[in-house]
Amino acid sequence: MRRTTYIVVAGVVLLFGLSWVLHAVSMSGEADGIERAFMITMAAFLTLAIYSFLYKDNPFYKFAEHLYVGVSAAYWMCQAFWSTIVGNLFPRLSEGLSSYFQQPYQASGWNITYWIPVILGIMLLMRLTEKYGWMSRWPLAMIVGTTAGLNFVRYLRSDFVVQVSSTFMPLLGEDPHRWQGFGAFISNLDLSATGQLAAIVSNWVIFIGVICGIIYFYFSKEHSGAFGRASRLGIWILMITFGASFGYTVMGRISLLVGRITFLFKDWLQIIS
Amino acid sequence: MKHRFLIVGLLLLFGLSSVWAQTEPPEADSMVVDSTELFPAAVSDVQVVDKPNDHGHAVIVTWETSADDGGGKNNVLRYEIFYSTSFDGPFDSVGAVPAGTGEFRHIGSKEPLDSAFVPDYTDLFYQIDAVTADPTIRTTSDVLGPVQCSGQWFNTGRIPVLVAVLIFGLLTAFFVLSAKRGKKLYVRPIGGIEAVDDAIGRATEMGRPILYVLGLGSAADVATIASFTILGRVAKRVAEYQTELIVPTYDPIVMSVAQEVVKSSYFDAGRPEDYKEDCVHFVTQSQFAYVAAVNGIMLRELPATCVYMGKFFAESLLLAETGSLAGSIQISGTDEIAQIPFFIVACDYTLIGEELYAASAYLGREPKLLGSLKAQDFAKAAFVVLAIVGLLAANFEWSEFTTLFQVID
Repeated sequence: MRRTTYIVVAGVVLLFGLSWVLHAVSMSGEADGIERAFMITMAAFLTLAIYSFLYKDNPFYKFAEHLYVGVSAAYWMCQAFWSTIVGNLFPRLSEGLSSYFQQPYQASGWNITYWIPVILGIMLLMRLTEKYGWMSRWPLAMIVGTTAGLNFVRYLRSDFVVQVSSTFMPLLGEDPHRWQGFGAFISNLDLSATGQLAAIVSNWVIFIGVICGIIYFYFSKEHSGAFGRASRLGIWILMITFGASFGYTVMGRISLLVGRITFLFKDWLQIIS
Repeated sequence: MKHRFLIVGLLLLFGLSSVWAQTEPPEADSMVVDSTELFPAAVSDVQVVDKPNDHGHAVIVTWETSADDGGGKNNVLRYEIFYSTSFDGPFDSVGAVPAGTGEFRHIGSKEPLDSAFVPDYTDLFYQIDAVTADPTIRTTSDVLGPVQCSGQWFNTGRIPVLVAVLIFGLLTAFFVLSAKRGKKLYVRPIGGIEAVDDAIGRATEMGRPILYVLGLGSAADVATIASFTILGRVAKRVAEYQTELIVPTYDPIVMSVAQEVVKSSYFDAGRPEDYKEDCVHFVTQSQFAYVAAVNGIMLRELPATCVYMGKFFAESLLLAETGSLAGSIQISGTDEIAQIPFFIVACDYTLIGEELYAASAYLGREPKLLGSLKAQDFAKAAFVVLAIVGLLAANFEWSEFTTLFQVID
């Protein structure tokens, strides 16, 4: 490491210690003031370490990254073990194991359905051995095949049957804005978002948008001529939708940033109340 | 002496009057209302039936609302539903619905040890209380039942889905067989996927690795399955060009499948000795920790090409922005509609939604994939026709047609 790096690291360590001490002093009246002061300082340090990535890759980001990855990997492994194996499997498998892990025994006799995942799980672990590694392909095939089969019906329902029926809409309005003729339409022209004009335009946009969008995703024909023009309109509609979605999501991200900045300025620096 | 008798007499009179005062019934107070008048009328015409089209363990209870619900004394606040496996009880509360409601669906658990368990093929009895604002003032209906619940093999409300599955299955089988017989099935060129080979060539020329991110989906997600096919193609090219491939994964099962895919691609390319199992590695199952790790890999390894194919969520822009910062050519594809805009703005090529599935068929050129893609296209054509017919039906109020597509749970 270069000398500058040492100086920067020493400076950050010094600031960390100073922040901890100052917070601990301000929380001296509280029972766990020192621990809380450490946690707030640590949270602020990790937040700034992650944000330092905006400048470039650096040792603080690396530290925060490795800490985050390590802690989360270990956490999820423990979570999976205790919730799935200890919490769900053992209580249905063995009374001895249930009592060992202090879980209420939930089985009502021997049930083969709980042994199937045990066997498949052991087969999955066989990939750790060179000789029996091929056995791990069976449970993988079962996981992928079963879920794909279940999803097939689900998607066909939500993305096809329900979508088809959602496009069945009256293009000339419906009650209480049913089309009564051009004269009645002009004389009762309502430009509000709930008026007849808005309802009719909205239904037309949905119908044309759906049809042109589907044409864009038609892969068996070259997109030329009238078909190509409909396809281009479809991608325009998609892009307008994506633009709206982008703006909406960015607003959500800004609120996350506000949350972090509030933490830094309120809880850590105590500049704002 | 007379005085003594008078005093004793007065004392006796006082004592008798006191006793009278205690034993005399209190005078009726005109301000006290008989509490029985506050009790609402009971519900009527209660019916209990097994919930149809389900796996059992559920009962539908219907009733005519109390005469004092929305009328009469108008003091019913809610209805509480009780059930028991015995006519004589004890009855357990299973839920409540607000006044004005005449139906309750008692959806029980199928787990025998669950407190909400409702047994199948067992007599069940129900009672309904019409409850006022004062919970102690309520009127209980007669005991209703017995009713037995049971599961059904077929959900008749989903017949439209069954028809769609059969038609789509037949179309897929037909086109797969056609492709196997050698019929040429046209698939239009897809911009993003055409760029994959160029991007791999670029990585080889620059001597830098290719980063392939499979996203956060499970191995059973359609987008991840499509991504495996594209990964196979990329890995084969990587093996041929002897470029380095890095595949950090989020899900252990995805990692296992990806390792198999990459391994077989190296075999197909005739370079099994070049395959390194560590090129496909697990990172963590925490979303943003995974992003932090992948971003770190990008900035340290500086991949020439980043490929993001699969299911992505809030991390999409974080990954794509870092890839852009690292100077990589970026190709992305996802079916997560909310994330496509981020990939479009930050990547060089983006496969939108179904283009990802089509890309796997386009690259693989396998009869099964091409056949299913053709079947999808036919389904889309059918969609357009049905939408137009349905539109006419909706405008001319032909409800017979529109009801064909109603799916009931």
